[in-house]
Amino acid sequence: MTTPSPAVQVRGVHKSFGALHVLRGVELTVRRGEVTAILGPSGSGKSTLLRTLNHLEKVDAGLILVDGEPVGYRLKGRKLHELHEREVLQQRSKVGFVFQDFNLFPHLTVLDNVVEAPVSALRRDRKEVQAEARELLSSVGVADKIDAYPRQLSGGQQQRVAIARALALHPAVILFDEPTSALDPELVGEVLEVIRQLALQGRTLIIVTHEIGFAREVADTVVFMDEGVVVEQGPPSQVLDNPQQERTKAFIAKVL
Amino acid sequence: MTTSPLRHRSAPTAPTRPSVEGPQDDIFDLDPADLTVVRARHPWRWVAAIGALILVAMFINGLITNPGWDWSTFGQYFTAPAVIKALGLTIQLTIYGTVLGFALGVGLAAARLSKNPVLQTISWTYVWAFRSIPLIVQLLFWFNIAYLYQTLSVGVPFGPSFVTIDVNNAISGMAAATLGLGLHQAAYSAEIIRAGILSVDQGQLEAAAALGIPKRRQFFKIVLPQAMRGILPNAANEVISLFKGTSIVSTMAIAELFYQVQVIYGRSGRVVPLLMVATVWYIVLTTILSVIQYYVERHYAKGALRNLPLTPWQKLQRRLSTINAARQEATYGGLK
Repeated sequence: MTTPSPAVQVRGVHKSFGALHVLRGVELTVRRGEVTAILGPSGSGKSTLLRTLNHLEKVDAGLILVDGEPVGYRLKGRKLHELHEREVLQQRSKVGFVFQDFNLFPHLTVLDNVVEAPVSALRRDRKEVQAEARELLSSVGVADKIDAYPRQLSGGQQQRVAIARALALHPAVILFDEPTSALDPELVGEVLEVIRQLALQGRTLIIVTHEIGFAREVADTVVFMDEGVVVEQGPPSQVLDNPQQERTKAFIAKVL
Repeated sequence: MTTSPLRHRSAPTAPTRPSVEGPQDDIFDLDPADLTVVRARHPWRWVAAIGALILVAMFINGLITNPGWDWSTFGQYFTAPAVIKALGLTIQLTIYGTVLGFALGVGLAAARLSKNPVLQTISWTYVWAFRSIPLIVQLLFWFNIAYLYQTLSVGVPFGPSFVTIDVNNAISGMAAATLGLGLHQAAYSAEIIRAGILSVDQGQLEAAAALGIPKRRQFFKIVLPQAMRGILPNAANEVISLFKGTSIVSTMAIAELFYQVQVIYGRSGRVVPLLMVATVWYIVLTTILSVIQYYVERHYAKGALRNLPLTPWQKLQRRLSTINAARQEATYGGLK
C-alpha cells in the first residue's frame, strides 16, 4: 500500500441532544501515528465528537470510520446495518478511551482494573494479561500501587492507571477527554509526561485538551472547533501562532 | 498529672524574659511549651448518665422481681421441642420467602431497567399490585386459591395441556404461605435492587462500555458489586422484617413460632412468659442476622472506603492491648 488508510475519518457528522444541535457537520481525518489535539471553547462539541468516535454517542447523520470500519454499523452494498450491542462492544475494544474523571472501577484493585477488559472482552489468558499489565503499570510509574484500590491513589496516579487500562487492549487509537482537567495543578505534569511518552512511541492519539502549551509541543495537528464544526486545522505553528479564522484568533487570544 | 519539668523555670535561652508567673502575663510573652491545659468539666453529663442508669436499674429490677414475668415457665418452654420445631418452621419460611422474593426481585428490577417497554410496564404493574394488597389479604387469597382455580395445567397457551395438577393437593398451607410471603417480598426487593443499581455512577457504565466489556459481565462484575453497598442495608431490613412478618401466617394455622406459643398459652393461660419465649427468639435471630449483615456489608465496602474501619472485635483487641501496655508501663514506672 502506498497511502495507508487513515486511523480515523469523520465525515459530515451531526448530533443533537433534543433541541440542542451539538455537532453540525464535522469533517476530520486523523492519520496513523499522529497526535491530534482538539481545542475549542466549552460547548463547542469537542467531547461529544470524541464520544461518537467509539459509539458512546450515536450519530444522527454522517459516518465515522475507525481503522477503516464504520463505527456502530456494518456496510453491505450501499446499506449500513446497525450492529448489535455485542458487536459494538467488540469494536470498542479497538479504541482506548481515557475519561476526564478517570472512571476507574473503585471496587477492583489497580491490577484488576487493567486486567478486566482484555480478559473479558478479548478473552485473553488471565496470567498472560497480568504479566503484561504489570509492565504497563510500571511504564506509567505506578508499579508500587498494583494491589491498592483506586481511592487510595492520588488523582494523577488514578489517571495514569486509567491510561494503562486503555493501553492493555492494544487499541488502534487512544482518545483522551480532557485528561488533566480534574487534576490538581501539581499533578498535571505527571499525566502529560505519560501521554508525551505515548506520542514518542508513535501511537495514534486524539486529545481534547485545554493545555495549549502541551498541544503545541506534542501535537502533529491542532484542530480548533467551535459551535459544532471544525473551524481550522493544521500544524500547531499555523493554528496556534498564525490562525487564519477570526474565531480561532479570538479563542487563542483569550486563552494565551 | 503531667507537669512539665520546665513549668516554673524561665527558658535558659532567654534569660532576659519577664517572669511567666502571675495572671497578668502578656500572652505574647508566654512560651506555649510552658502552658498546661485544664480540661473543661461536664457535670450535667454525669447527672444525665446517673439518672438514665437509675431508670435502667429499676427496669431490670422489675424484670427480676415482678412475679408476673414468671421466668420459671419461660425457662421451661424456651427450649421445649414444640417451640424449637416451630422456630425451625419460622426460619424455613424466612429463607423461602427471602430466596423467592429476591430472585424474583432481581428479575423485576432488570425488567424495569430494561429498554423493553412491555417488560417495564409489567414490572411496574407487579410492584404496584403487590404493594397495594395487604400481606394478610394476599395470604388468604393464596390459601383459598383452589376456590378460584381447581386445576393447574402445563401446556400450550390457549391450547392443549400436557400435565394437569389438582390445586388443592399441590398448594398446601405451607406452599400458600411461601408464595404469599415471597411474592409480596419480591415487590419490595425489586425496588431496593433497582435503587441500588441506579445509585451506581453512570461513568462506571461508560467506562465498562468503552472498554468493550460484555453486557452480562458489566452487570455482574462492575455494576452489581457497587450496587450492593446501597442494596444491603435495605435488604437486611427486609429480611428481618420478613422474619418477624412470618408471624402473620399464624392466622392460617401454620405452626410457626408465634402460632405455637399462642397454642401453648391457650392451654396453660400463661400468656406473658410465652410471649417472652417468642420475643427472645425473635431478638436472638435478629441479632444473628444483624451480625451477618455487618460482615457482608464490610465485604462489599472494599475499595469504597480508603481504609476499612476496625470491626468491634478488632477494636476490643486493640483496646485490651493498649490497656496491657499501659499497665506494664505503670508497673515499670512504679518500680523506678
